[in-house]
Amino acid sequence: MSILGTRVIRTEDPRLLTAGGVYCDDLRSPELDRAARVTFVRSPVAHARITGIDTSAAVSEPGVVAVLTVQDMTDLAPPPPDDGSGGGGGEAPMPLGGPWAEPLLAVDTVRFVGEPVAVVITDGRYQGEDAADLVSVDYDLLPAVVGPEAALTGESLLFPAAGSNVPVTKQASADDTPFDACEVVVEQAIVNQRLACMPLEGRATAAAFENGKLTVWHSSQNAQLCRMILCGVLGLPPEQIRVIVPDVGGGFGAKVGIDRDAIIVAWAARKTGRALRWTETRSENLVGMTQGRAQLHHIKIGGNRDGKIGAYRIDVIQDSGAYSRMGGFLPMLTCLMAPGVYDIPEVQAGYRAVVTNATPISAYRGAGRPEAAATVERAVDLFAAEIGMDPAEVRRRNFIAPDQFPFQTKTGALYDSGRYADALDKVLAGAGYEELRKEQERRRASGDVRQLGIGISTYVEITAADGAAGETAKLEVSDDGTATVFTGSSPHGQGHYTAWAMLVQEELGIPMDKVTVVHGDTDLVPVGVGTYASRSLQLGGSAVYKAAVEVKDEARRQAADMLEAAEADVVLETATGQWQVRGDPDAALSWGQVAGHASGGSLIADVSFTADLPTFPFGAHISVVEVDTETGKVTLLRHVTVDDAGPVLNPVLAEGQRHGGIAQGAAQALLEEVLYDADGNPLTSTLADYAAITAAELPSYELLVSETPTTVNPLGVKGIGEAGTIGATPAIQNAVIDAVAHLGVRHIDMPTTPQRVWTAINEAQKASNQ
Amino acid sequence: MKVDLTVNGKDVTADVEDRMLLVHFLRDEANLTATNVGCDTTSCGACTVLLDGESVKSCTVLAAQASGHEVTTLEGLARDGEMHPVQRAFHNEHGLQCGFCTPGMVMAIVSLLKENPHPTEDQVRQGLEGNLCRCTGYHNIVRAALAAADEEKVTA
Repeated sequence: MSILGTRVIRTEDPRLLTAGGVYCDDLRSPELDRAARVTFVRSPVAHARITGIDTSAAVSEPGVVAVLTVQDMTDLAPPPPDDGSGGGGGEAPMPLGGPWAEPLLAVDTVRFVGEPVAVVITDGRYQGEDAADLVSVDYDLLPAVVGPEAALTGESLLFPAAGSNVPVTKQASADDTPFDACEVVVEQAIVNQRLACMPLEGRATAAAFENGKLTVWHSSQNAQLCRMILCGVLGLPPEQIRVIVPDVGGGFGAKVGIDRDAIIVAWAARKTGRALRWTETRSENLVGMTQGRAQLHHIKIGGNRDGKIGAYRIDVIQDSGAYSRMGGFLPMLTCLMAPGVYDIPEVQAGYRAVVTNATPISAYRGAGRPEAAATVERAVDLFAAEIGMDPAEVRRRNFIAPDQFPFQTKTGALYDSGRYADALDKVLAGAGYEELRKEQERRRASGDVRQLGIGISTYVEITAADGAAGETAKLEVSDDGTATVFTGSSPHGQGHYTAWAMLVQEELGIPMDKVTVVHGDTDLVPVGVGTYASRSLQLGGSAVYKAAVEVKDEARRQAADMLEAAEADVVLETATGQWQVRGDPDAALSWGQVAGHASGGSLIADVSFTADLPTFPFGAHISVVEVDTETGKVTLLRHVTVDDAGPVLNPVLAEGQRHGGIAQGAAQALLEEVLYDADGNPLTSTLADYAAITAAELPSYELLVSETPTTVNPLGVKGIGEAGTIGATPAIQNAVIDAVAHLGVRHIDMPTTPQRVWTAINEAQKASNQ
Repeated sequence: MKVDLTVNGKDVTADVEDRMLLVHFLRDEANLTATNVGCDTTSCGACTVLLDGESVKSCTVLAAQASGHEVTTLEGLARDGEMHPVQRAFHNEHGLQCGFCTPGMVMAIVSLLKENPHPTEDQVRQGLEGNLCRCTGYHNIVRAALAAADEEKVTA
């Protein structure tokens, strides 16, 4: 019987549950025995010139090893001169250079609260904070650019040499003709607010420079990318840097690669010759770690009263924060996925990425796609409300039909497969949609204080968009019958060790408990891409599968030689993991025997799997909320989903991914938002202020099954990691608005806090009384 | 100052700064690193341990305050190589992903079930309000807590 598709509980867990993981700060490696602690001196102001730094008082504090500023970075090559090429274009997820370049330690200007200005290195844990307080920095304040609209005015420039605050622009068509032909046109400004990624483990790094080799332990989603970046900055060849990724306490996109703070730690370890540790505090994390979303959309949707949508326009302003870490990548993805699951004849999508005096923005679970889905799903609901049609029916009338795949969208995506109407029908039935609408009618008719809202989203997303970069796997079967998988993928909670072992057992019949998985160490896995963009199973898993097939082919040759039989007659009994001549189980060979026969005593396949195309998972979510119309408080009662990412390898893991994504979607729809005051001071820099969602604000989720395979990879699978933030967010926002729509409310921006909901109800009532 | 704690049944004595937090004592002096620090405002619960059998957030207790008292961390929960019912339930119900919140979450649930051995789902959710998880959406953590309550009921 196949193990694939069965509920296998994780092999990772016993260790995590009894001893706890070994996260970066838990490392007790001998090299780190005498490690000193790094404490950052960070900018307390949003935008200023640095006119002086005095470290003398700090240096003389007890336990201080060194205090370093940009003046000490004399061993680093200066950034390449501005050749004018870094100023624009840039749809790749790369930091912008040229006039927009981000330094390591601040040079002469700070551009966001939390920007690293100096480092204090101390023997003890608490001495660092004492000494950091004594580093005196003189700031000459500059006007802060707060929010994307302020950036566009250009009244204050973050990078005067660049001449504007807009590093990347892709103009949308502004042709109104398609809208003029529509019976109904709706326009709306929609905020997709700035969020903290907030993995429970913040950023953490340790570094030691010994005998000419730099070892960096870093909480990351990809060790190999970290090493590449470190090589570039520190001017060391790859063989002189080893990056080790220990257990990672969550990433969500914010731990792709290595941040400037961690690079500074690595540099300082070489500079001082001391092994160093840095584990950021949550207050540092909430200003220093990259944040997500932060888009402002202006949309226009037009169609006819029969429910057909004729034209859709989205104009995106991406707040990149102070430094453009990803160029135009996030809004590019938003525009690519703008029309969602709908066959809309005219789509106009464009963007401007701007810089502001705020924490830099980067990937956060979904990275550009949740923003697209949130807005098109809001737009469809706005259109449905305008023509007075059930939002489920409007969706059904505009879906791309199953016989249209592969489907080329107007924005340039090639969707591989999808059954959007099936997903919607399934979720409507699963939620009991008609009953819910009746209950809603009852409450509306009786004027109940607690109104019911039903929100729908139907979504499609792109996963493994960089499938051409592929993923690596090396599989080694040893003469003791065990197998080791060296994967370029990089788990941080997803359960790769379980999943990869299942793939090996399935293909080779070597039981899971004899399969070891190794990842995140550039000495052991020199080439790899990592875990992000819902790519692991479809690329990393396919690579493991490919390696297993290659090992099996070689094993067959070895077994044929040992059994003195033709290769075609030699078979692997995967149930027992034994090689034999077909029909002759008496002369069976174990994997250990076959591996022992191979030269070197083991069978090895070292492969890379690449995909020519990305995949497009899809689904439908229904959310049911209760809104207290007197207080504006929203209670999420139910959340029902269909998330189709192809055949499921292990439902336990896939469900876990869906659960987590739903909660983060609910967090955005209901509660979470990074806020700044008018001077660019963060107002949400602790967990006492940032409204991270808790168990008390969430229900249990109702997950339905749907599996539509893709042909893009041998496993037929698509990504599941980001489905929740893409599908859940708009369903919940739509539900909140639906609950109060009969009171005249048309739109409420996220997060739909009690204050926002209460205000929307009251403004609608005022308008209707006039 | 000198502090003397019983941690997971063992005596741990150390000369520490007055201001040393219990969580740092556990990690740096007792060398027990399962207990994690997830915030600096007593909000996230990653550092939850039992102090004389009651759950506390060890980032908000000084080592000095715990001197003379008994502390139980995640490492002290299993008995004779057998996982505690809450640990076992986390494994069976997939109640953890990255594992960082897990030690605090497990200890919080051990304490919750001690106070209320047969909680409803809502009581579990309200009881875990002070423990953040970013991976699981809490769904399977709640299921694990309810499953552990059931298991304790059977074995009691």
